[in-house]
Amino acid sequence: MATRHSRAAARMMMAPAVVLLLGWMLVPLTMTLWFSFRRYLPMRGGDLGWAGFDNYVRFVTSSTFWPSIQATLIIVGGVLVVTVVLGVLLALLLDQPLWGQGIVRILVIAPFFVMPTVSALVWKNMFMDPVNGLFAHLWRFFGAEPVAWMSEASLQSIIMIVSWQWLPFATLILLTAIQSLDREQLEAAEMDGAGPLSRFAHIILPHLSRAVTVVILIQTIFLLSVFAEIFVTTQGSFGTRTLTYLIYQRVLESQNVGLGSAGGVYAIILANIVAIFLMRIVGKNLDA
Amino acid sequence: MGRIVLEQVTKRFGDVEVIPPLDLTIEDGEFAVFVGPSGCGKSTLLRLIAGLEDVTAGRILIDDADATNMPPARRRLAMVFQSYALYPHMSVRRNIAFPLRMAGMDKAEIERRVQAAAAALNLTDYLDRRPGQLSGGQRQRVAIGRAIVREPTAFLFDEPLSNLDAALRVGMRLEISEMHKRLRTTMIYVTHDQVEAMTMADKIVVLHAGRIEQAGSPLDLYRTPRNRFVAGFIGSPRMNLIEGEEAARHGAHAIGVRPEDITLSREEGGGIWSGVVGVAEHLGSDTFVHVHETGLAETLTVRVSGETPCTHGDRVWLTPREEAIHRFDAAGMRIE
Ligand SMILES: Nc1ncnc2c1ncn2[C@@H]1O[C@H](COP(=O)(O)OP(=O)(O)OP(=O)(O)O)[C@@H](O)[C@H]1O
Ligand SMILES: [Mg+2]
Repeated sequence: MATRHSRAAARMMMAPAVVLLLGWMLVPLTMTLWFSFRRYLPMRGGDLGWAGFDNYVRFVTSSTFWPSIQATLIIVGGVLVVTVVLGVLLALLLDQPLWGQGIVRILVIAPFFVMPTVSALVWKNMFMDPVNGLFAHLWRFFGAEPVAWMSEASLQSIIMIVSWQWLPFATLILLTAIQSLDREQLEAAEMDGAGPLSRFAHIILPHLSRAVTVVILIQTIFLLSVFAEIFVTTQGSFGTRTLTYLIYQRVLESQNVGLGSAGGVYAIILANIVAIFLMRIVGKNLDA
Repeated sequence: MGRIVLEQVTKRFGDVEVIPPLDLTIEDGEFAVFVGPSGCGKSTLLRLIAGLEDVTAGRILIDDADATNMPPARRRLAMVFQSYALYPHMSVRRNIAFPLRMAGMDKAEIERRVQAAAAALNLTDYLDRRPGQLSGGQRQRVAIGRAIVREPTAFLFDEPLSNLDAALRVGMRLEISEMHKRLRTTMIYVTHDQVEAMTMADKIVVLHAGRIEQAGSPLDLYRTPRNRFVAGFIGSPRMNLIEGEEAARHGAHAIGVRPEDITLSREEGGGIWSGVVGVAEHLGSDTFVHVHETGLAETLTVRVSGETPCTHGDRVWLTPREEAIHRFDAAGMRIE
């Protein structure tokens, strides 16, 4: 794309895609903004006119708002920590020449192909059920009192389920990064007297920093809108009501589209704050 | 100290025996160069000495201590890799300091040694750059800096100059030679390059399919190659090897004459062999004349000092210096 001519041609050819994408994004965004300034109660009279900033004020001042932000950040943060740490360890393990590597790799990727709703149901009913779940049996086997996961450790349970789903993604990205590491660097470090832990800290980890950045950024985008896992497990109770779930409740359960839309705008703002924040911390890894 | 002894060292990758049992002694302070065709096991041998590969059988002694099963770090050897293997996320300073930091040396001493190494290698202005911001030659210097700060018992180089352009290669070659004269530390150096081998080495080790064909001083190998392989490998342009009747006349299966041991004449009957010039390469200081249709070998190469007015198609007459003819038997071994 060097010459002026080819740049113009490129712009022409890209125009339809750009227009389509803009429409795709702008139409819902504008509608959300529009509704957020209306009193719109579908079951109780429909569009009742201009509401000014009422919806925005009500959404933030409701006692559920700040806890929902907190729950969102805890889930996102928890899942990021778990997936990155375990992802690095698993990637290191899968990089070793081990027997049945092909099968192990497929097994590791498998959770990514399971639909969130299904995996959450499986976890809830087969593993975490306080009476019949596998964990309950395990606890009893060791003579402990089974944990009622969904009510007593609700946030941890959801972090566990979501982490399980996202671990393959993190592992895959990190594995390819590890495999691109120049072996001679590791050998040089070995000759320089670095033990396995120093090699990990001084050579492997810095090499992985860019991949970790990518994992964190991509996962954050998706994790901010986690929904199905909460919907089929706790339904937002026991402190697991995230911002996304709160918006869902406002729109569908309370049938208040205006209030929900205001929440949607807040969600956009939150996503941007988190994104800017992350870019600041980790984004500099992407320049190098 | 830095005496390295290999006793019956063998390396197998699966079923493939890359290094058959091999004995070699490298004396303290010696500059040993491994040469040989591609794939002959030079790198493998170096990595065995470094401890980056395990030996299949045999023993490696470093300063009379058995190092066969010692981890690389404890062998006190430093290696310079062909790809330099610098740590890309660390500054030049941190790269050079890395082995010292790993050894737990105190900060002031590290800084002193890094500064000294940087000064010796002309790197002082680049200490805060990353390897990615350096030229090939500078990277090479950083890799050497990282090796010398540790004051190792021996240096191992695996084709360190092969990624550099010709001019830089000559410069770095001299720098490494000078460094060796100054430090007097044992060095083992792997190369493809004839000139590097001849000019730098105290001892050249010619390898072929994992076997040592001959080990000795460069001039030793040049003057009295032990067999046809060494005769053909050492020296540039290559020695002329002649088989058949002419060899039989000398009581050998094959005879070899170096290009500079043949005199060339343009006068009718001015030599015992005659042929037609294919190409004459004029280097200014010398001329390499490639002569065809001699009935002895495909091509005979003759080196003439200075300029000679030969061109393609000229008929020339050649005379070898009798006392400079190398004779080889049917097994390829030298006949004295
Ligand atoms: N890890 C390995 N597994 C199997 N075979 C190997 C391995 N490493 C090297 N070899 C084989 O051992 C032989 C010697 O390899 P080596 O790298 O020592 O050659 P070299 O002399 O350094 O060649 P070059 O001059 O091209 O670098 C080659 O035939 C190579 O295919
Ligand atoms: Mg090699």
